[in-house]
Amino acid sequence: MLNLTLKQLAAELAAKRVSSVEVTQYFLKRINGVGKALNAFISVDDERSLTAARAADELRAKGLAGPLTGIPVAHKDIFCAKGWLTTCASKILSNFVAPYDAHAIELFNRAGAVIAGKTNMDEFAMGSSNETSYYGPVKNPWDAAAVPGGSSGGSAAAVAARLVPVATGTDTGGSIRQPAALSGVCGLKPTYGVVSRYGMIAFASSLDQAGPFAKTSEDLALMMNVMAGFDARDSTSLERPTEDYTRDLAKSVRGLRIGLPVEFFARGMAPDVAKEVDQAVAEFRKLGCETVEVSLPNMKLSVPVYYVLAPAEASSNLSRFDGVRYGYRAPEYTDLADMYKKSRAQGFGAEVKRRILIGTYVLSHGYYDAYYLKAQRLRRLIAQDFVEAFKKCDVIMGPTAPTTAFNIGEKAGDPVQMYLSDIYTIAVNLAGLPGMSIPAGFGDKSRPVGLQIIGNYFDEARMLNVAHQYQQASDWHMRMPQGIE
Amino acid sequence: MALTLDDVKRIAQLARIEVAQDEAGEVLDRMTGIFRLIEEMQAVDTTGVDPMSHAQDVMLRLRDDTVTESDQHALFQSIAPQVEADLYLVPKVIE
Repeated sequence: MLNLTLKQLAAELAAKRVSSVEVTQYFLKRINGVGKALNAFISVDDERSLTAARAADELRAKGLAGPLTGIPVAHKDIFCAKGWLTTCASKILSNFVAPYDAHAIELFNRAGAVIAGKTNMDEFAMGSSNETSYYGPVKNPWDAAAVPGGSSGGSAAAVAARLVPVATGTDTGGSIRQPAALSGVCGLKPTYGVVSRYGMIAFASSLDQAGPFAKTSEDLALMMNVMAGFDARDSTSLERPTEDYTRDLAKSVRGLRIGLPVEFFARGMAPDVAKEVDQAVAEFRKLGCETVEVSLPNMKLSVPVYYVLAPAEASSNLSRFDGVRYGYRAPEYTDLADMYKKSRAQGFGAEVKRRILIGTYVLSHGYYDAYYLKAQRLRRLIAQDFVEAFKKCDVIMGPTAPTTAFNIGEKAGDPVQMYLSDIYTIAVNLAGLPGMSIPAGFGDKSRPVGLQIIGNYFDEARMLNVAHQYQQASDWHMRMPQGIE
Repeated sequence: MALTLDDVKRIAQLARIEVAQDEAGEVLDRMTGIFRLIEEMQAVDTTGVDPMSHAQDVMLRLRDDTVTESDQHALFQSIAPQVEADLYLVPKVIE
């Protein structure tokens, strides 16, 4: 069962060769056993998971099972799941038991999937290494000295170590794709608005988007079939016809035009990453794809733009954490203002406080035009670059991250260096485009390299097709870290 | 633009986050580094470019003026730090 895909596991369940209770017990044993040292989970609740597994088996007995029925899914601890501790990896929510389900959780529950636990992450999804978690860093299953990437580091590590077949994450500036790359798994950030943000603890609302982690592109498609959909409770949720994301998987990619942005390949990419990315592109040429040079001239500004817009939105979103209605309240204070200040000072970690302060500053009187509005104007230029590029190509490819996984502690003391590890992913969020990362080999120290595939708006099915065809011709995605069995 | 310790204190006050005297220097250093990165934005002329606040041009939806939420105050208040008589308790605001 260890290395079965979601598709294969679903077939085993459908053929009744195994029950959901058995599958769930198998993966819980891994989470509580070999997985423990990775620190990939914040909450595990065997009894609750097994209750859901029994319900899934009953659903199947009644002939009501779908592709996800009985499959254990780990969810990033940013999704509210009723009755589950939902911490966002922050002390300020360390006692928060969600009183309702996020839309994505509702959809998985409706599909009969089993919640296998809540995964570790950077605090409030602010980080690229999973080191800002109140619950401690997650270790990379390929090398315990390395970070798994972030912010959805726990979900990426859990899939990489085969603690679960699939998981969910969220991506505001690369938080699904970058950990997928650094941990050697597949991750997809859909077009903004495709998955509802209801019940997903907000970081930067105009950029946040949920998506799946899996071993294969086909499994990502099956996850998307559950997660995507309109939800009136999210004002930015898009009303679109239901899609079958698996519909194009088998299509040939002959004649596909792959755009290679000169800016992605010009500088900054580590040689070991460049080598694997070049080889992956060469593999696509063998499959009959054409490559064309495209340009994203404003991409270099995406990191500064992001570090104005995301903190600005965060400073507003995180003002709700005040120690009044839920969450942590400081034990001692003199008056109401002091209670707010102390609860927030003690409840938030250093990186979260830093971003709230930056956001507060760029929105404050006298600075709004110079920073916030300026960043929004540049955001349009960055988005327009993609519009131009997609006139010449069907998908864009490049690295997901400039380096393979770095060591735990290596960049923790230097926020700016940490921010630059999202240099290839952030522009995609600013434009609201879909992006994914798939395993494409190994760099120095045998650490995984990710290939990023960026699609035009709502082109997820094509991207999944492109990735699937690559995975038919290669086996990087089925490689497993050593010592996890 | 150079941030000062007074800026840090003013922003911390606006953000309702206590920054202790001995932390303020480090906070200032880190923020200065981040603003050095942010300043790169000023190199590009954006005259005449419309600000982009969202990825999709969506109109806010209207809904019927009917009650859709059920009363769950007991559930919601069960996770509050301090509650009395169905009210959230905070320190006295008016003397």
